[in-house]
Parts: sequence; C-alpha cells; structure tokens
Amino acid sequence: MGNVIEVQHLKKSFGSNEILKDIDFSVKKGEVVCIIGPSGSGKSTLLRCINLLEKPSGGSIIYNGQNILDHKHNIYDYRTKLGMVFQQFNLFNNHDVLSNCVVGQTKVLKRSVKEAEEVAMKYLNVVGMSQYIKAKPRQLSGGMKQRVAIARALSMEPDVMLFDEPTSALDPEMVGEVLSVMKKLAKSGLTMLVVTHEMQFAKEVSDRVVFMDQGVIVEEGTPEQIFDNPKQERTKEFLSRVAR
Amino acid sequence: MTWGLILDIFKTYWPMFLRGAGMTLFISVIGTVVGTIIGLLIGTIRTIPTPDRGPNKILLKLVNYILTAYVEFFRGTPMIVQASVIYYGAPLFLGIDMDRIFAALFIVSINTGAYIAEIVRGGIISVDKGQFEAAHAIGMNHVKTMLHVVLPQVIRNILPAVGNEFVVNIKDTSVLNVISVTELFFQSKSIAGNNFRYFETYFITSIIYLIMTITVTRILRILERKLDGPDNFTVIPGNQMQVQKPEDAVKRRDALKQ
Ligand SMILES: Nc1ncnc2c1ncn2[C@@H]1O[C@H](COP(=O)(O)OP(=O)(O)OP(=O)(O)O)[C@@H](O)[C@H]1O
Ligand SMILES: [Mg+2]
Repeated sequence: MGNVIEVQHLKKSFGSNEILKDIDFSVKKGEVVCIIGPSGSGKSTLLRCINLLEKPSGGSIIYNGQNILDHKHNIYDYRTKLGMVFQQFNLFNNHDVLSNCVVGQTKVLKRSVKEAEEVAMKYLNVVGMSQYIKAKPRQLSGGMKQRVAIARALSMEPDVMLFDEPTSALDPEMVGEVLSVMKKLAKSGLTMLVVTHEMQFAKEVSDRVVFMDQGVIVEEGTPEQIFDNPKQERTKEFLSRVAR
Repeated sequence: MTWGLILDIFKTYWPMFLRGAGMTLFISVIGTVVGTIIGLLIGTIRTIPTPDRGPNKILLKLVNYILTAYVEFFRGTPMIVQASVIYYGAPLFLGIDMDRIFAALFIVSINTGAYIAEIVRGGIISVDKGQFEAAHAIGMNHVKTMLHVVLPQVIRNILPAVGNEFVVNIKDTSVLNVISVTELFFQSKSIAGNNFRYFETYFITSIIYLIMTITVTRILRILERKLDGPDNFTVIPGNQMQVQKPEDAVKRRDALKQ
C-alpha cells in the first residue's frame, strides 16, 4: 500500500540548535505508527514539521507524490488532510462543542451547516461526546476536551491523524477514556501517527514503533521488535528507564 | 444652596439640556463603535506575522510604520488640540469646510481607534498560542483564524476596556465645544450665559453626565454577562451512544496496564 506521507532528509534547527537531523520516515495508508523517545528528542517538532506548524529547515515532505515544501503548494489545503490533536487540547474557547467540530468544515471545507453538523455528530458519537454539544470548553473535564478535540480533527475527514502526546496533560483517571477512543479509531483502520509516553498503548495498537533520540530515528520496527528485542543500546536503555 | 432655583432652571431649559445630552450620547456612541472597528482592523493588521521575504514584507513594514505613527499621534496629543487642528486645518489644506457634527464624529472615532488599536493588539497577543495553532491545523489562514477564533475571544476580553473608552468619550466630547458642536457642555455654557446662574446650571450638567456614564457602565456589564452565556449547559440524553463513567475509564486503564 502507498505511503500517505513520506518524510525525506528532514532537518529542523532553532537558531544554531539542530533539533531534527536528517529524518527519513513514512506512514502507509491504514497504518498506526507510534513515536516514542525521551523528552526533548524532537518528537513534537517532527509532528509539527509534518503539518507545517514549524517550517522545516531542509529535506522534503511528500504527500500524494508531491513535495509540499518544494512547490508553491497550498499549505492550507494540505493541512485539512492532516488532523492534529494537541497535548493541551486547544479547543476553540469561543465555540461550544458542536461548533468546534463544525467551524472548520463550514469555513475551510465550505460544507453546508447541515452537512457539517451531521458529520460532527457522527464523530462526536464515536468519541462519546454527543450529549455535550451545547457545552463550552471551559465546562468540560480534560478527558472530555481531548475527546472533542479528536472529534474536531476527525470531522475534517483527514487522510491521517497526528496525535502529540494526547494524554500527557490529563489527570490519571482520564487517560483511559482517551486511549480507549484512540484504540477504537486504530481498529477502524484510520491512519494514525501518535507521539506517546504510554508504552502499553504503543505496544497494543501500533503496526510500527519508531524510537527517536536526539533528533534522529534510532530504531524502528514492529512493537515486538522494539519492545521485546531492541537492537540498539539507546533503545534498551530508554525502555528500561520507562519500564520502572 | 438653592434647590428651587436648580429646579427652575431645569424646568426652563430642559429641552436644551436634553438636546445637548442627546448629541453627546450620539457622538460618543458612534465614536466608540467606529473607533472599535478601526481598532480591530489596525490591531489585526499589526499582528500579521511578517512573511520571510518578498514585496509583501516591505509593504507590511511600511503599513505598520504608518499605523504606529497614527497611534502615537492620537495618543500623544490632547483631543481638544486634535479637534482644532483638524477642523481649522481642513479648509486650509484640503479646501473642505467640514460639517461640525461630521468633524466631531471623525475626531472622536479616530481618536478612540488609536486607543482601541493598542488594546486590541494586547488582546490578540494574550490569546493562547494554542488557539492559533489549532485553527491553522484545520486549514484556516490568518484571516479565517482571526475572524472565527481569535477576534471573538479578543472582543469579549476587551469589552471592559472598550466600555471604559465609551465612558471617557461621554466626558471628553465636552472638549468639542471648541469647534462649537452643540453637545451637553456647549449647551450648558449657552444656558449659563443666558441666566448667569453658573453653579446651578453646571450642577445640573454634572448630574446628567453622571446618569449617562453610570447607565452605560451598567448596560455593558449586562452585555458582558450575555456574551459569556449560561453557566450551565444541558446534557442531551437522547444523543447518548456510548456511556462512559469515570469508573469505566479507570477500569479500562487498569486493564491496559496488566
Ligand atoms: N520554538 C522553539 N524554539 C527553540 N527551541 C525549541 C522550540 N521548540 C522546541 N525546541 C527545542 O527542541 C527540542 C525538542 O523539542 P520537542 O518538543 O520536539 O521534544 P519532544 O521529543 O516532543 O519532547 P517531550 O517528550 O518533552 O514533548 C527541545 O530541546 C526544545 O527545547
Ligand atoms: Mg513533545
């Protein structure tokens, strides 16, 4: 199956600080890829480069056979193809739950309000938040906010969903509800790229696990290869640290 | 103190007081509304992220430079001077005789715009970066991000400051008497010049100003509360497809850990 996204020789520096060093990596259609690695290794930066929230310093990002960094490619169209879920949820504070899932569809995809609301309700059902369509973000718990944020991204019907540590800002008792939604999505065949510290989740749902450290991909493989038989010293050392 | 006299003056001159108050309110309402629109536009332009290169970068820099000059000029000089310069300067340099009322509306609007532009800029900067990123991530450009996500939040947040500007305008339109606009202070001056009862007349004037400012403040409070919406929301049970109690979530998480 074809690659949805292919990253080639991707580099990113902040000033003289090189955060991503020559990253090569791709996500196939229907694949669930988890990125793990120590804090500061550049996982978020990689994700943010992929949807151009950060401007890569070098390399290429191939989407649908085109290098989106190369051409005068319309980055706004491109971004609608990628759904992003942030650690801090970032729900639109001035919109209620339903409207959070509708505004992008009507204003960017130019769908009718009726169609957009139907689509939004479909995905709010998937994340179990359809009872709360009238609530404002400030009235929701962290876990609820994150589930709405997932529904908002899904409502754009993207080709691939990017998750940047979606459970890291949650109280422990709310992590489960978000992970279970994500598992459901993974099973449904959605293409997902997930940065996570939840090793158990990565082990269970990934088709492939990528281990990053200090701006490079140290090792990648099936969950069994990475978690049970890591080849690289750095991977072993990291896994033994997080296991505790 | 002569309460009877005050009452008499009010009885005799109330149509003039009323017309003056009406004019004051008219100028300050229009001035605040137009000023807020100007401020929102300028604040938005001044927070456009600078492009990396190209002619747009130079253009944006130039525009920002002009806007900064505008804000500095109107914040750095008294409105009474601005009114005189613009009203008497227009026929000299532009060859137009300004209508007094138009001049008044124009001056109060652009003066308020300068103040509100700064308030808006601060308001935009203080909106969480995550709001911009989430909007960009679903494909919104700068204008859509501003229109549908950022500015509604900014407007809510700056409402108290705009209300304050409104109250200031009600009071400061009194300086427009230098260009003979028939607002409340100008009318009071005429009345006092007629009856020679300066204290009593201006006492009435001050009460009218006070009633206007207090009313405006109250109305804005109510508006703020309206904009915040209800504190509670209704759960819609019919929509429920997947019930998730916190206990379930904890169980699932525990199951995950084993
Ligand atoms: N805007 C920025 N300016 C300068 N440095 C940055 C910026 N964003 C990230 N960095 C630096 O890049 C490095 C990698 O950051 P990144 O957030 O990608 O790490 P991460 O792997 O996601 O870590 P974590 O697990 O803590 O989220 C860090 O050292 C960080 O300080
Ligand atoms: Mg991170």
